[in-house]
Amino acid sequence: MSTRIATGGRLLNKSKAVSFSFNGKQLRGYQGDTLASALLANDQMLVGRSFKYHRPRGIVAAGPEEPNALMNLGRGGQFEPNQRATTTELFDGLEAASQNHWPSLEFDVGAINTHLSRFLPAGFYYKMFIHPRPFWKHVYEPIIRHSAGLGKAPKDRDDDTYEHFHAFCDVLVIGGGVAGLEAARTAALSGAKVILLEQTAHWGGRAPVDGGSVEGKSITDHVDTLVAELAVMDNVQMRRRTMGAGVYDHGYVLGYESLKDHAPKTKGPRHRLWRIRAGHIITATGAIERPLSFAGNDIPGVMLAAAVRDYLVNFGVSVGDRTVVVTNNDDAYRTAIALVEAGLTVPAILDARVLPVDSPLMARAKELGIRVMMGHAIASVKGGKRVTSVAVCSQAGEGAALETIECDAVAMSGGWSPVVHLWSHCGGKLVWDSALASFRPDVDNAPTGADGHGFVTAAGAAAGFFGLDDILHDAHAAADGVVTTLGFKLPASATSPNAARQEESPLAPVWMMPQGANAKLREKTWLDYQNDVKVSDVRLAAQEGFVSVEHTKRYTTLGMATDQGKLSNINGLATLAGALDADIPTVGTTTFRPPYHPISLGAIGGEARGDVFQPLRRTPLHDWHDVNGAEWEPVGQWRRPYAYKRSGESTHDAVMREVANTRDKMGLLDASTLGKIIVKGPDAGKFLDMLYTKMMSSLKPGKCRYGLMCSENGFLIDDGVVARIDDDTFLCHTTTGGADRIHQHMEEWLQTEWWDFKVYVANVTEQYAQIAVVGPNARKCLEKLGGMDVSKDALGFMEWVDGELGGFKCRIYRISFSGELSYEIAVDAGLGQAFWDALMVAGNDLGVMPYGTECLHILRAEKGFIMIGDETDGTVIPQDLGLNWAISKKKEDYLGKRAQERSHMVDPTRWKLVGLETTDGSVLPDGAYAVGEGKNENDQRNMIGRVTSTYHSPTLGKGIAMGLVLHGPDRMGEVLDFPGTDGKTYSAKIVDPVFYDKEGEKQNV
Amino acid sequence: MLILTCPNCGVTAEETEFHAHGEAHLTRFGPGASDDDFENYLFMRDNPKGVHFERWRHVYGCGKWFHAARDTVTLEMFGTYTAQTSTVPQDIIDKIAERRPEWHPPEGA
Repeated sequence: MSTRIATGGRLLNKSKAVSFSFNGKQLRGYQGDTLASALLANDQMLVGRSFKYHRPRGIVAAGPEEPNALMNLGRGGQFEPNQRATTTELFDGLEAASQNHWPSLEFDVGAINTHLSRFLPAGFYYKMFIHPRPFWKHVYEPIIRHSAGLGKAPKDRDDDTYEHFHAFCDVLVIGGGVAGLEAARTAALSGAKVILLEQTAHWGGRAPVDGGSVEGKSITDHVDTLVAELAVMDNVQMRRRTMGAGVYDHGYVLGYESLKDHAPKTKGPRHRLWRIRAGHIITATGAIERPLSFAGNDIPGVMLAAAVRDYLVNFGVSVGDRTVVVTNNDDAYRTAIALVEAGLTVPAILDARVLPVDSPLMARAKELGIRVMMGHAIASVKGGKRVTSVAVCSQAGEGAALETIECDAVAMSGGWSPVVHLWSHCGGKLVWDSALASFRPDVDNAPTGADGHGFVTAAGAAAGFFGLDDILHDAHAAADGVVTTLGFKLPASATSPNAARQEESPLAPVWMMPQGANAKLREKTWLDYQNDVKVSDVRLAAQEGFVSVEHTKRYTTLGMATDQGKLSNINGLATLAGALDADIPTVGTTTFRPPYHPISLGAIGGEARGDVFQPLRRTPLHDWHDVNGAEWEPVGQWRRPYAYKRSGESTHDAVMREVANTRDKMGLLDASTLGKIIVKGPDAGKFLDMLYTKMMSSLKPGKCRYGLMCSENGFLIDDGVVARIDDDTFLCHTTTGGADRIHQHMEEWLQTEWWDFKVYVANVTEQYAQIAVVGPNARKCLEKLGGMDVSKDALGFMEWVDGELGGFKCRIYRISFSGELSYEIAVDAGLGQAFWDALMVAGNDLGVMPYGTECLHILRAEKGFIMIGDETDGTVIPQDLGLNWAISKKKEDYLGKRAQERSHMVDPTRWKLVGLETTDGSVLPDGAYAVGEGKNENDQRNMIGRVTSTYHSPTLGKGIAMGLVLHGPDRMGEVLDFPGTDGKTYSAKIVDPVFYDKEGEKQNV
Repeated sequence: MLILTCPNCGVTAEETEFHAHGEAHLTRFGPGASDDDFENYLFMRDNPKGVHFERWRHVYGCGKWFHAARDTVTLEMFGTYTAQTSTVPQDIIDKIAERRPEWHPPEGA
C-alpha cells in the first residue's frame, strides 16, 4: 500500500493539516501536498479509468506529464474538469472526484471494453461505424457521445475573474530549476531586463530531489542563495506558478499564472495571462522521464522512477512497501537508493543493460544490498487495481518468465526526454541524440525572429545536458551568449559555478521490453495511457500503411489526449520506426503546438466578458430609448430600438402600431447610426464616380442622389444617399453596419490605387444626431418648430438645406426610406436629445410616436426598397435587384463594372428580385426556398428562388415579401411553392416588389 | 504574432494593431480588359514559400496603408515601405538580396 512515512517531505508543512474530499470521502493531507501526493498518502492509488477500455488507472507521474490522474475539481461556479492531481496544490476544503467511470470508480461497467479490446483495435471507429449508413445518426453516435469524453462540462457560469498582463523584457527565462536560475542570474548580471517563470510553486526544479553539491554547498542551499540574490535585483521579475504556455512569432510568449487555484477563497483574479514580448527566450524547461514498454505497464502501482523519488523526498510518501525498479539507465538507481535509505524494500533492480563495469550509482545500490539484475526485464506485471508482482525475464528474449517477484509498486525509467515543446512551437528544429536516445534542440536551427536570427535558446536538461555540472555550465554559457547578441556585456567577475560531477554509465535504448515481446505481451503494453494506445495498435497502423507519423497519430489517437503525448511521444515514434524498419529520426516527430499544458478558457478571455466583451456604441438618444420601452436590437456595435413597447403590448403589436401611426400621422426615427462620410477635395466628384455605380460628379450642390456601391468583384456592398455640399464636398450616407467598412474601402482605394487623386475622406458618423421625421404630419411638425421654410418649393424631394429649426442649427435632407413625406434632420450630437424632445413636444398634437427598426423595415418593404444584408448577401449584383436605373451607362469605369461584364454576371438565369404575396395572406417564412420541377444530381428538389425579406404589412393587411426568383420579372402572377421548416408548404404569387404607393406620390408632396 | 513598423507614423507595434490585406503591387484591370487579365487581377495570388510583398494597414493606429517585405517561412521582416508605389524600393531589394542571395526580384520590381 502507499502511505505517509515518518521521514522526508521537504515541501510539507507538517504542522498544518489540511482536509479534503475524494469522491465524497473525507481525507487529510498537509499544507504543501499536491492532490496526488495526498491521495497516495491515503493509499488512494486508483484515481481514474482510461478513456477507451475503462481500465483502472493510478498515478504515474508527479508533474504536468501525468496522463491518468485527471479530476473534476470544485463545484458550482468553481467547478472544473480534467484537472491534474499532480499539479493541483492541496488546500483545505478541496473537493475532487474521479472521471470516466459508471457507476463508480471501483466498479465500472465500461471496463467490459477491456475484454473486448481484441475487437477494438486502432481505427476501430472508422472501420466499424461506417455501415449501415443510417445507424451512424441513430445508433452509433448517441452511444459514442454518451460514453465519450473525460470529465463533465461545467454547468454554471464561472464565478471567477481573469486578467491579462502585458510585459516586456530583454531576456525571458522559462523554467526556475537550477538551469533557469543560473541563466537568469547570468543574464541579470549583464544589466539586461529579465523575467523568470516557474510553473510550480517551488524554485529549483527537481535538483533538490536528485541531490548533489555546488561549490561545496548543498543543492538546496545553492538554490536558496540564488533565489535570494535574484529577488533583490531591480532588473529581475520572478513569477512562480506561472507556466510558459507558448512561444510565438517574433519573441511573443504567453505565460499562464495561477493566482488562486491553491487558495480559491482569496480575492482577485484566478488566472492571469502574461502576454510577453522578449528580446530573447531561454527555455530551461528540463526533461521528462519516459515509461518503459512492458506488458501491464498501466496497472496502478507502476510509476515513473523519478516520480516515486519525488513523492518520497518532497512529500514523505512511500508508494509501496516493496518496489521493483526497472530501468535502462543509471538515474533510476537514485530511486532505489532513496527508497532503501528511507527504510523501504527494493527486491530487485531489473536493468536491461549489460555493462562491463559498475558505475558509482550501481556500486552504491549493491552496497546497500539491493539485488541488481543486469540484462533483465519485466515480462509482465500482475495485478488488477494494484500491482501484486512482476514476472522477470531476459531483456534479450521473448518473455519467458524466469521468476516472479512479489511487489506492490514498480518504478520504471526509460531515460529522459528534453522538454522541447517551447523550442519547437515557433519552428525550432530538433536533432536525434543517440546517446540520450531522444530528440533535443538543434542549436543551428532555432526559431527565427524579425531580424532573421534565432530568438530561442534552450539551456540545461532542455538542451540535452543532464549532469548537474554540465547543466550549470550550459545555462551560464547560454545566457552569456544571449545577452551578448542583445548588446549587453557580462562583467568578468560573473563566472559559472561548478558542481561535483557524478559519472554515469550510458543509457541503452529500450523501446520494447523484452526485446522480442510476442503479440500477446504487445497487446498489454501501453504507450498512451490516457487514450489507451498500445504497442499493438501502432504496429497495426504501420501494417495498414500508415507510414507518416502524423497519420499514425490520428489513426491510433497516440498523443492526442489532454497530456498531448508528453510520456508516450518518443516511445510511440520508436515503436512506429521499429514496425517500419526505419530509424527514429527518419520517422520524425509530430508537431508541438501551444499551449504546453492546458490553460483555462477564462484566462484566454481575460477581462473581455459580460458587459465589456466588446464596446457598446450608443447614439445621443440611447438613454431616452431605454426609458421609453425600447426593445433593443444589436446592429454592429450599436444598439437600436427594434420597437417601443407600451405596457400590455406585445412586440408585434408595438410594431404594427408604429407602422400604422407613421403612415397615418407621423413617426420619429433615431437615424444617428447611419454612416456619414465627408469626401472633400478637387477630385471628390471623380473619386465618387469610381466608387458609386451612378454618376455623382454631375450632382448639383443642394441636391441628393441615391447611390449603390460595389466591390471590385461586382457585388453590391452598400447603398445610401449622397448629398453634394459644395463643389468640392460630398456627404455620403452609408448603412449603419457599413460606415467603418466603407470608410476603410474609400481610404484603401485612395491610398493604394488613386493616390494621385486630391481627396480627403472623414468619417463623421458620430458627430451628428440624425432624426427622421416621417409621415403626413411631418411638415406641420417642423413648421410648428419654425425658423425656416420647409415647403415643397423651398425644399423639394431629394434636396437638402442648412438652417435653424426651433432654435436648433440643423441640416435637413428631404429623403425618404419609407415612402412618406420625410425629413432627415442632422444636429450636433450634443444637441440630439434636446432636439428630439422639441420634436416630441411639437408633434404631440400631430400624433407623433417614435418608431424602431422593425417598423422601418416594414415601411421600406411595402415600398419595395432593398436592404443591404437582406436582399444582398455578398453574391448579389445591382442588376439582380432591378436597379439598372441606378447604374450609369455613360461612365467608362467604376468599381465592379468590369466584373459585372463577366459571363456569370450577365447570365440570364441569375435569380432576379420580385415581390411575393401569399395566396392566403399569411407571412412567408424568412429564407424559404421556392421549389421547381425535377431534382438535381443530389436527388434534391430543384430550387428556383428564395425569400429575402418577409413581413406582415398592417397597411395592406397581409403578408408581403421580396425574393430572388429564376426569371422572376418575366413570371408575374405565377404561384410558387415554398416548403417551410414547419412541414407546411406556402404558396405565393409573384408580384411587383412595390406594394404601396407605386407612383411615389406620398413622399413627393 | 508579428511585430511591424508602420512607415507612415513610425510606430513599431504588435500585429493585432495592424491588418493584413494580401499581396502587394497588383495592377488593376478594368473595363476593356480581357477575361484572363481580369481574372488574374481579381483572383490569382502568389503564395510563395519565402519572400513575399504584402499590403498592410495600420488599422488601430494612423489608419494608413503600407507595404511589407517578409519571409513567409522564417517570418523575417526585410522592411516596410509606402503603399504609394507600384514597384519595390531599391533599399528593400538590396536588403533581401543581402539576406537571400539566391532570391531574384519579381518582374517589374
